[in-house]
Amino acid sequence: MEILPNITIQHYLWLSTALFALGVFGVLLRRNAILMFMCIELMLNAVNIALVAFSKVHGDTSGQVFVFFIMVVAAAEVAVGLAILMMLYRNLHTTDTDALNNLKG
Amino acid sequence: MSLTEIAFYFLSFLAIFSGLAVILSRNPVHSVLYLIVTFFSIAGHYFLMNAQFLAAVHIIVYAGAIMVLFLYVIMMLNLNEEQEEKTKSWVKIAAVVSSCSIMLILVSLISKSTIVMGKAPMADDAGLVQNLGKVLYKDYLLPFELASVLFLAAMVGAVYLSKKETSKS
Repeated sequence: MEILPNITIQHYLWLSTALFALGVFGVLLRRNAILMFMCIELMLNAVNIALVAFSKVHGDTSGQVFVFFIMVVAAAEVAVGLAILMMLYRNLHTTDTDALNNLKG
Repeated sequence: MSLTEIAFYFLSFLAIFSGLAVILSRNPVHSVLYLIVTFFSIAGHYFLMNAQFLAAVHIIVYAGAIMVLFLYVIMMLNLNEEQEEKTKSWVKIAAVVSSCSIMLILVSLISKSTIVMGKAPMADDAGLVQNLGKVLYKDYLLPFELASVLFLAAMVGAVYLSKKETSKS
């Protein structure tokens, strides 16, 4: 189960978990929409590390191909998301997500 | 401790600490730069796991394209420390509690579970573009084409959204 000498799959999964939890923490803590986007990128990359580690353990390149697709989705998400942020800034002059309370009763 | 072990721990600590710095730094530009450091250390991990092509693509796509896009938007919106967000204290506590509980759940799950080994260990050259290309174009042809449609849709959406409205309704 060793990926590198003395480094098992568990080490990589713990690293991936730590980065994912950091991403969750950032999305919940920061109110700036751009920062929230960056934390989402961090979470996606945590998942990518886990996928590559599993692909190494199982001797199957499919995991690496999945990482490609995650990168594709991340790039598309950033392109559309930042365009939405630009619209938001143009209308509200802020990127604070607490300012988006028009639907609040 | 062998060299690869040292490299693993160094890259892991670099990734985690710069990830923490992304969240905690007040200036968004600094956050972007720390995120680039995180991405480089993740690319180093890919190199360690013999996913060479993936590491190169990761650096090109993330550090080269996505983070430049982020920097552009931050500089265009002129965000800096003065427009500081005020996070309520109960939100801070809730963020700490929920992220720690997610981490706890995942860590306990990982340490309890046994991972089934594959039949054969991965060949050293499996991460090169030659072998990845074969898998991508043979087994994953339909998702590949769908990804191109997704990109087209994203491009149209981004251009449409960021276009200035000419007629006010």
